[in-house]
Amino acid sequence: MHEWALAEAIISAVSQIAERGNLRAIKEVTLRIGELQQIDREILKFALSQMASGKLAGVKFRMKLVRARFKCRVCGHKWTFNENSPPNHIKEAIHFIPEVAYAHLRCPRCSSPDFEISGGRGIWISSVRGVK
Amino acid sequence: MLDPRLSIIEDRLSNIERIIVVSSGKGGVGKSIITSTIALILAREGFKVGLLDLDFTSPTTHIALGVSAEKIQPIEDRGIVPPEVHGIKYMSLIFYLGDKAAPLRGNEISNALLEVLAITRWGKLDFLLVDMPPGIGDLMLDVLKYFKRANFLIITSSSKMAFETVRKLLLLLRGLGAEIMGVIENIKLDDSTYIRREVNALGEKFLGEIHFDENLEEAIGSVEKLLKTKFADEVRSILWELLKT
Ligand SMILES: Nc1ncnc2c1ncn2[C@@H]1O[C@H](COP(=O)(O)OP(=O)(O)OP(=O)(O)O)[C@@H](O)[C@H]1O
Ligand SMILES: [Mg+2]
Ligand SMILES: [Zn+2]
Repeated sequence: MHEWALAEAIISAVSQIAERGNLRAIKEVTLRIGELQQIDREILKFALSQMASGKLAGVKFRMKLVRARFKCRVCGHKWTFNENSPPNHIKEAIHFIPEVAYAHLRCPRCSSPDFEISGGRGIWISSVRGVK
Repeated sequence: MLDPRLSIIEDRLSNIERIIVVSSGKGGVGKSIITSTIALILAREGFKVGLLDLDFTSPTTHIALGVSAEKIQPIEDRGIVPPEVHGIKYMSLIFYLGDKAAPLRGNEISNALLEVLAITRWGKLDFLLVDMPPGIGDLMLDVLKYFKRANFLIITSSSKMAFETVRKLLLLLRGLGAEIMGVIENIKLDDSTYIRREVNALGEKFLGEIHFDENLEEAIGSVEKLLKTKFADEVRSILWELLKT
């Protein structure tokens, strides 16, 4: 249900963009969604469609999933979220606060918790198309 | 690229009357136990109170409040609704960490804070108490950025060495135009007036002292016992004085 909180944030951000850019209507929004966030895209789409009104009525949301890549700062090993697939309750915790990955995941090669996460973190608005 | 979480934070905090950030710069001076005690006292008085533990790498307020993450979890409802413990809406990373440490770098702390603020739905509160980790780093800067209306409650011990860091924090906060409520001297053992004089000399408010209470440790974990300690009595009288103004 975290999807609804994110949908609210997205609608609020896009509305602000519409105001600031003096746009009459927003047609299309592209979102980049980090894999670690483990968003249920159907729920997110539904939540967005329920909340979109006014200048955002009828807006089309495009979503791109960005895979999470991990790189160990100690031994340099690179891996992906799937390879490391943690148990469900840990996945669930990471879904809410992705940074808790640092408590639960380890480098598969050297067991270090000191790794970088690139790409698969957070949710971003990468483009907004509207009419003046 | 725009991070939509940034635009929702103000909204999430908009129904909170007063945000009190308890910080020190210095470690081990009693921030967490004071924050928890203030939250309990205010909740007992019938105020709507929230407590946010921002010590992500080593949260402790759950110990003071006797919260067990195995028994209590936040409710998911269009975000996260903090569970109520002893009448306090309580949010901490312990709900997501289990018994593990979270070794976070500065940038990751910033991201975790952003996430917590974006998804936590506090609703209407009279007070939100925020427990800070020691140090004057990334998190302090983020707190200044996101909690625009925060009131800073500063804790020091009686030590000259502790106050050296506290002084720097006070000057930093003042330079940034932050609202400083004043300074509490904790774990006081003698009747030295060093801290009082130094705080006054800086032009900040000295709010009072809390003495070392040998019965405090034993009371931690039981809210009833905690609220009956001399420590809690001293917190109470400082708090009422503070809220009068
Ligand atoms: N007035 C007091 N009398 C006796 N013990 C105290 C008093 N104040 C704090 N303590 C004890 O000192 C210890 C440190 O307190 P606390 O954890 O609240 O400090 P802190 O500033 O939050 O530390 P940290 O910087 O590590 O987060 C705890 O064991 C607490 O019970
Ligand atoms: Mg603490
Ligand atoms: Zn490694």
